[in-house]
Amino acid sequence: MMKTLEELKKLRDESKKNMEMRDTDKKTRIVVGMATCGISAGARPVLQTLIEEVDEKNLSDVQIVQTGCIGICRYEPIIEVYKPGEEKVTYIFVDSRKAKRIIDEHIIKGKVVNEYTIGSEEKR
Amino acid sequence: MAIYRAHVLVCGGTGCASSNSAKIKEKFEEKIKEMDLHKEVQVISTGCFGLCEEGPIVVIYPEGAFYNKMTVEKVDKIVEEHIYKGRIVKDFLYEDSLDEDLIKSLSEVGFYKKQRRVSLRNCGIINPEDIKEYIAQDGYMALGKALIEMTPQEVIETVKKSGLRGRGGGGFPTGVKWGFAAPNEADQKYIICNADEGDPGAFMDRSILEGDPHAVLEAMAIAGYAIGATKGYVYVRAEYPIAVKRLEIAIDQAKKEGLLGKDIFGSGFDFEVEVRLGAGAFVCGEETALIASIEGKRGMSRNKPPFPANEGLWGKPTIINNVETLSNVPQIINKGPEWFRGYGTDKSPGTKVFALGGKINNTGLVEIPMGTPLKEVIYDIGGGCPDGKEFKAVQTGGPSGGCITKDDIDTPIDFDSLVELGSMMGSGGMIVMDEDNCMVDVARFFLDFTVDESCGKCSPCREGTKRMLEILNRIVEGKGTLEDLDNLEELAENIKNTSLCGLGQTAPNPVLSTLKYFREEYEAHVLHKKCPAGVCQALLNYKITENCRGCTRCVKVCPVNAIEGKVKEIHEIDQAVCIKCGACMEACPFDAIIRK
Repeated sequence: MMKTLEELKKLRDESKKNMEMRDTDKKTRIVVGMATCGISAGARPVLQTLIEEVDEKNLSDVQIVQTGCIGICRYEPIIEVYKPGEEKVTYIFVDSRKAKRIIDEHIIKGKVVNEYTIGSEEKR
Repeated sequence: MAIYRAHVLVCGGTGCASSNSAKIKEKFEEKIKEMDLHKEVQVISTGCFGLCEEGPIVVIYPEGAFYNKMTVEKVDKIVEEHIYKGRIVKDFLYEDSLDEDLIKSLSEVGFYKKQRRVSLRNCGIINPEDIKEYIAQDGYMALGKALIEMTPQEVIETVKKSGLRGRGGGGFPTGVKWGFAAPNEADQKYIICNADEGDPGAFMDRSILEGDPHAVLEAMAIAGYAIGATKGYVYVRAEYPIAVKRLEIAIDQAKKEGLLGKDIFGSGFDFEVEVRLGAGAFVCGEETALIASIEGKRGMSRNKPPFPANEGLWGKPTIINNVETLSNVPQIINKGPEWFRGYGTDKSPGTKVFALGGKINNTGLVEIPMGTPLKEVIYDIGGGCPDGKEFKAVQTGGPSGGCITKDDIDTPIDFDSLVELGSMMGSGGMIVMDEDNCMVDVARFFLDFTVDESCGKCSPCREGTKRMLEILNRIVEGKGTLEDLDNLEELAENIKNTSLCGLGQTAPNPVLSTLKYFREEYEAHVLHKKCPAGVCQALLNYKITENCRGCTRCVKVCPVNAIEGKVKEIHEIDQAVCIKCGACMEACPFDAIIRK
């Protein structure tokens, strides 16, 4: 039972979180490889972590989607980050801890976590 | 609140429900549970997506993957592939939503591209049985704004400025109507939502109630505040069970949240809503008949004045608005009248929902800005007539309207230009006809409907429409004369001028407009005893052509033994015996039987 407009606004903002998924025009996309290779390498907890982080930090402009096999199964779990006007960044061997750091540094602060990217692995 | 990583939206509108969407939803829930994904994936029943032809429809977010013609059998694969592994099952996707290999945003799909969803903005997006989803879309914010920041007079002025006109048929300016009831002194006033949608082929009001019931409730409360009414009724037909159920759930939830009831938002304003079921009489869509029906009397119209705004339900000032009209109101309050005027034309601002039916590829519900040319609706959105047939005409306004021919296909659709063509907007049914439709038969179909639905109170409507129908029946049976056509016109004019209510005043329109645009078809029926479209049974003859191989299949199916012939020789139909059932034509494997 609400008695003020403020209460309605509060409920609206809470409810909005769950609805934001249905907006397909978001700017940043995080794609998680969820084929058999990805899942067996541990992509599911990564996906869960990403979703929780995005929700917790109110990143309403970030869409998290799954995709199938990216083709480089030996690097799974893989996530790809698409930001408008920037090149795609591919992170490999991601786990929950790394996922949190990617959210904090790349998604929020805009700084690519170089040491987790596929580029740094291939230089080795 | 639980966080989900994917939402599966299953259409729960009447169209998809009748093609098994409830079972599909169950199957999704079952399979998702079986794979232990139920804490990650939410399955939701929504309102109509509009593209009923492709139903049952399922949309999966965050990708926005649009699966059409769903079946229970497809569910396993979608859950295993798409939801579990993230591989969209492209074979099951709506073809138009794929651009090469990428999924297009729904607003880019041909069917939706030219549409502007204002009334239908939440249909197919939210779960209509969860008030929180409506609130997430700024639901009830307009009511809050009206109650706290605006005076009743300001609310009326805002609606007047928006230029919103009644979407139920008449096109009367809504704000002006509210302005009539506001100054009346009375101990009780009423708001009625007219959900007695009766035009054959129209189902936008049903879809709005099913897909976004709170929008209507919110608008009723706003209207109540504007005119000083504390009680509202939704008059909805009993044959809309899903709409009724969702409305009742919505009313319950709104009451629990304090958005209906006493002292809303602490403003001191009270408003409650009750549902009243109609028995499906077409005449009860007329204001005074509707009021009589709510009062428990037989649904018959009465003379106006007094208008309901002065003396309505139980003699008290009453405002009656149609569902679609109301569904625009919260957004007008939230976004302002200028925003609303940004759509449509100067005299017909906003958008209008049309129910596309008949001979059209994309049967369904479309919402377009007023002033959109008819051509875009028929071809760009509707996808043209099936099987490459030629478009002939479209009936707008149902049994009260008329037809628009291909000569006028560039006409912008708004209230006034349709009237100019001898048709009307009506509630927004659009029945498309192709070269195989006989216009005399179409007129007869609509008149048959109004004869059935006439309440019988006034004689022009009760007797006059019946006589017109008798003449039309004579014509389609090949017994008509040229004089009959003149009589039809004379009767039509008299009925229009002397009937008591809108039902009778508009009933002759389908006949008048088909006579105006397709007189040569009438003349073919009466002069040459031919039905050019090949519809009117009595005027048709079945003939066997030289393509006959003498397989005898037609002989076996003919119920009256009218076909004779030897095996491997051309057969013949005895016209005196033939009852023109068409069974032989369907049975012939060589397409050797024609109808002329």
